[in-house]
Amino acid sequence: MTVTYDLKMRVWRGDQSGGELGDYTVEVSEGEVVLDAIHRLQATQVGDLAVRWNCKAGKCGSCSAEVNGRPRLMCMTRLSDFGSDATITVTPMRTFPVIRDLVTDVSFNYEKAKEVPAFAPPPRDPDGKRRMMQTDVERGQEFRKCIECFLCQDVCHVLRDHEDNKTNYAGPRFFLRYAELDMHPLDTHDRRELAQEMAGIGMCNITKCCTEVCPEGIHITDNAIIPMKERVADRKYDPLVWLGNKIGIRNRDYDGRTESHRVE
Amino acid sequence: MPELPGTRHPMTGNEMSPDAVGGMEHHDFDVLVIGAGGSGLRAAIAAQEAGARVAVVCKSLLGKAHTVMAEGGIAASLGNLWPEDNWQVHFRDTMRGGKMLNHWRMAQLHAQEVPERVLELEDWGALFDRTSEGLISQRDFGGHRYARLAHVGDRTGLEMIRTLQQRAVALGIEVFMECTVTELLLDRTGETPRISGAFGYWRETGRFMQLEAPSVILATGGIGRAFKVTTNSWEYTGDGHALALRAGASLVNMEFVQFHPTGMVWPPSVKGLLVTESVRGDGGVLRNSEGKRFMFDYITDYFKDETADSEDEADRWYDDKINNRRPPELLPRDEVARAINSEVKAGRGSEHGGVFLDIATRRTPEFIMRRLPSMYHQFKELADVDITKQSMEIGPTCHYVMGGIEVDPDTEMSKVAGLYSVGECSGGMHGSNRLGGNSLGDLLVFGKRAGDAAAAHADAMATDRPKVDPADVSSAKQVALAPFEPTGEHTENPYTIQADLQQVMNDLVGIIRTADELERSLVEIEKLKQRAQHLLVTGNRQYNPGWHLALDLRNMLLVSESVAKAALTRQESRGGHTRDDFPLPDDVWAQKNLIVGLDATGNGIELTEKPLPEMPDELKKLVE
Repeated sequence: MTVTYDLKMRVWRGDQSGGELGDYTVEVSEGEVVLDAIHRLQATQVGDLAVRWNCKAGKCGSCSAEVNGRPRLMCMTRLSDFGSDATITVTPMRTFPVIRDLVTDVSFNYEKAKEVPAFAPPPRDPDGKRRMMQTDVERGQEFRKCIECFLCQDVCHVLRDHEDNKTNYAGPRFFLRYAELDMHPLDTHDRRELAQEMAGIGMCNITKCCTEVCPEGIHITDNAIIPMKERVADRKYDPLVWLGNKIGIRNRDYDGRTESHRVE
Repeated sequence: MPELPGTRHPMTGNEMSPDAVGGMEHHDFDVLVIGAGGSGLRAAIAAQEAGARVAVVCKSLLGKAHTVMAEGGIAASLGNLWPEDNWQVHFRDTMRGGKMLNHWRMAQLHAQEVPERVLELEDWGALFDRTSEGLISQRDFGGHRYARLAHVGDRTGLEMIRTLQQRAVALGIEVFMECTVTELLLDRTGETPRISGAFGYWRETGRFMQLEAPSVILATGGIGRAFKVTTNSWEYTGDGHALALRAGASLVNMEFVQFHPTGMVWPPSVKGLLVTESVRGDGGVLRNSEGKRFMFDYITDYFKDETADSEDEADRWYDDKINNRRPPELLPRDEVARAINSEVKAGRGSEHGGVFLDIATRRTPEFIMRRLPSMYHQFKELADVDITKQSMEIGPTCHYVMGGIEVDPDTEMSKVAGLYSVGECSGGMHGSNRLGGNSLGDLLVFGKRAGDAAAAHADAMATDRPKVDPADVSSAKQVALAPFEPTGEHTENPYTIQADLQQVMNDLVGIIRTADELERSLVEIEKLKQRAQHLLVTGNRQYNPGWHLALDLRNMLLVSESVAKAALTRQESRGGHTRDDFPLPDDVWAQKNLIVGLDATGNGIELTEKPLPEMPDELKKLVE
């Protein structure tokens, strides 16, 4: 038998012009997640409660919200993490403008995506195929696990607390993308200048908040941002790299790559 | 927010047309793609590359479509691990998996073109797992003779959609996110009707939009939301199927619904959630409550010659496919789903009404973590099960509809001029049962073909563009707003009707069917259609999921009726259609398809029989 109980919830309701937390009691059962409770609320009490969701399996990154103040995927947040007498508060992601209830305007991310130059491979091998070793693709594969839930963007204080930074700072999701392309064994672009000038990677001060909230467990800071910062710094300042270039010992990751520049 | 270019919606930031004042927006394109999953994006890319002005409309945000849920891989005879593999073997596997009801031409085009479509993804940045030579690695899957599925761990769909999404962005394709199309628009002034566009609304604001285009590609996916236990999300309400019917197109093979053998069964919150077939492809086996590998008891005559009859042979096959036959766990999905159903019925099921899927005793934890990372994560997070140590409890779940819009195999155009269909919402490619791994390839192969054909059609219409009839637009508006107007005393909640429909489909039109239950289902669906006349939603037009569901329900009811009627009519068992009262395949039914069209009232459907297309002799030889 499934054990059921009444859960107390506070859910933010409102739109651009303002809103407030509404108090609700909803019947839930053992093994359920926050999204189940929200769905039941929608089906039985507030039919127009706005919420995004799709796969309900932590694979699509649609149902991002803040649960008791923590950025989470509602479909992967189990009610059993809270205890049956706790009140669960669900609010929209704070970094993005609210559209309605739990739905926010995340178009910032789609605009930033347009600024990253596409992957540019050399011609295929003579047999029409491409060859890359597993160890070389694994670096990029970790970053391509990203489900674009934008929780890293939500929690990143460069974006969260400073609206004006949004112009010159793309955020952790896109540092992943730059790192992925930079570490792609076949890409022919050198995007280090762009990562610095356009995406503003220098503004990140590696507090690792993004890594902590990533539902895919991607090591955003350690594996993407820090190496990318080092690469950017190498290009700009490093006298050792300069010397290495002169005497012929150098990082070969950029062989055959053409530097991409900012296009206004 | 930074200053955004062009005219943008004040709340969503979405691009709007310059004359978007008042209650209605107008846009004009050459090719309009409805749906932004794998097939829609691939079609849009092809049409844009062919020089057309393209827009994609999708109900969710870009990159969230159900393609992300595909886990296993893309079946393509690249021959990277088994040089013996080629398109002919893939064609044979596909036709036999579909129990020969597939449109041969689609199965042929798919098998021939899918390898290039996969390599193209790599050109656009996809990072597939590699062989030791650095080529794209390929994995075993049910019904495939050789290890054939190009994959990325168990998140191939995510890799595919992200690659296509990034390609679409690079090409500058316009995307209308969170918009729903409720009607297709037709120009009826000529001899035969032509598509002239579509009518829909922004979900964020409820604002209506008229999208004019001489070519419209439906890429709306499946109908799984009509069933209670399903792997499908809220989006899969048969929109494309129903839009096509209402526009005068036909559906084929609607009785064939795929129940994936392995969905989660516990806890209730995740019941139906997909457990990838890769678990079995990578060595996992099915056991009943007695610990027995029961699939050996369910090898049908049809697959006897190609299936191992002992555990030893089955286990040797993973490394030596030439001298051994395939394990019965890797029979096509319909066979495995029926077997699980029988074991549970016979009282040998698990505590929560499933059976056990065991990879823990068969492979090392390292292997499991590397090959099946999202399955590990899914069970750990949602069910407290460590799949490297414990068995998974699984059971059948509604996953895919083989049936869909009837199209020309080469161009994907439906009966209606300018109306195309690709992916799950189109029919014919998979016959009565789809093999795992053949869906992602289907999206790519036919997405490209439809995009090319739709761009050419739009070009041909350049001097004589079909026109929108304003009367159609105003009636579409009325229909869309009806759920806000109470109709008398009696009112209905859309969520309740949806739940009732899901229960009816699950109980009466599920994995095992009988005439009696199917007849009852049609009575129940009719009652639900009546109740749906009295839908009333609360709130306003701004991001109102209750209203959205009320409009989607109309489509779900129409496709549910199509499935139930076709299932009642086909008096045999074949692939994804199992009749308890007609348990065997029938030679007469083997020769014909059921075609669904809208009936004279416009509110229901009618069926006609149509002989299968004749397969050329050289292809017949391949499948014998």
